[in-house]
Amino acid sequence: MTESQDLKTTPLTALHQRLGAKMVPFAGYLMPVQYPLGVLGEHRHTRAKAGLFDVSHMGQLRIDGADAATRFETLVPGDIAGLGEGRTRYTQFTNADGGILDDLMVTNAGDHLFVVVNAACKEADTALLRATFGDSLTELTDRALLALQGPAAAPALATLAPAAAEMTFMTFRTMDVDGIPCFVTRSGYTGEDGYEISVPADRAEALAEKLLAHPDVEPIGLGARDSLRLEAGLCLYGHDIDTTTSPVEAALTWSIGKRRREQGGFPGAARIQGELANGTSRRRVGLKPEGRAPAREGTEITDLDGRPIGRVTSGGFGPTVDGPVAMGYVETAFAAEDTEVRLVVRGKPLPARVAKLPFVAPGYKR
Amino acid sequence: MTVKYTEDHEWIRVDGAIGTVGITDHAQEQLGDVVFVELPEVGSTVAKGDASGVVESVKAASEIYAPVSGEIVEVNEALVDAPQTVNSAPTGAGWFYKIQLSDPGELDGLMDEDAYKAHAGD
Repeated sequence: MTESQDLKTTPLTALHQRLGAKMVPFAGYLMPVQYPLGVLGEHRHTRAKAGLFDVSHMGQLRIDGADAATRFETLVPGDIAGLGEGRTRYTQFTNADGGILDDLMVTNAGDHLFVVVNAACKEADTALLRATFGDSLTELTDRALLALQGPAAAPALATLAPAAAEMTFMTFRTMDVDGIPCFVTRSGYTGEDGYEISVPADRAEALAEKLLAHPDVEPIGLGARDSLRLEAGLCLYGHDIDTTTSPVEAALTWSIGKRRREQGGFPGAARIQGELANGTSRRRVGLKPEGRAPAREGTEITDLDGRPIGRVTSGGFGPTVDGPVAMGYVETAFAAEDTEVRLVVRGKPLPARVAKLPFVAPGYKR
Repeated sequence: MTVKYTEDHEWIRVDGAIGTVGITDHAQEQLGDVVFVELPEVGSTVAKGDASGVVESVKAASEIYAPVSGEIVEVNEALVDAPQTVNSAPTGAGWFYKIQLSDPGELDGLMDEDAYKAHAGD
């Protein structure tokens, strides 16, 4: 695939091409979907050893000001005021209807908040934050973002940053990685132990090459990133969550702070509090087809009599599960684990069961 | 034995009245890792160009189009449990099905190896 003038590049684009990546457009960027190892190989390698992902297309922002956390709470249902220094948290920007505008990670970096948002929503999220924070908001456009994920990620990163080994899951530190000043969280999007490393753009290629020089580390593309997060039961914005889905319907209630549930103070709180009290009509669940055919996004879900009860929002093949896996929304009455349903693939109703998420046991270092 | 090719990157190897059908190395390389294969029913009849099975990669499902008309006489059951064979041996063990040709004249409309190589090189 040749570069299009309309697609943006990251600081690692040249490296991806040198490594033989198949490049595709994603959220306005030219990104590696796979390298010669292939999607299945990259997925398995990440769960067995360590994978390095370029996620520089995502938005990185900084918010200063003493009231940054309390003001941030006016945009999200998460507990941000109570987020301790050096801790990172998953939450969502909600809209007035209680739907989700984007999901994101927010970090208490001591004297500021550090925020990472999805590439596809970067412009809208930045506008929202700019309207709320004005000049206290800085877009960190001169930084790249790398994810190092897998059981071998910690030993590999420790060779370049010994302090990284001391971090626990969902914490943040600034540290030199191979002498380069970086922001590091112990978090990720694969269900494995690992780190996300924010690095100055002009040092990113050198850092990536240093990490790739480690015998356990392989470059991983967006294809495997998707199969890894699907097996981990993690939402992909625009697919599993969107402006019509509330965090309660999306089974993300765990991310709503206890105090926030009672007090509200975020967009759509009325709907969300109502759902917390009275339940929802639908719920995001895992789905395990009983055969070998994948059921992909958009697949109709029916009950055993063929009545439509929902839709698949993410689906494909899980290399670690060694079979098809999916997530979707079903009427709440069908949301219990092991409930039998049908997935209509190429016109045929295939048997499947509601499955607990994640499909693969997590490797987090708590 | 004749081997012919379609524009959709299927090959058919004809021995007498029976053709063995699969996808080319170019096709498997473009698809990426194959994770699922749906084979046609033995005994079913297909017309040239009909959908006759599905090959799914990690990302998407692709139809297999019948290169010729005829009756499906055998399918490669091994692909059900080992779909990756399509990637590792697309022109050998990764064959999809055998078809009894109802109109061998249809082969004249397919590409030979040189024409296909030029086509795939596009």
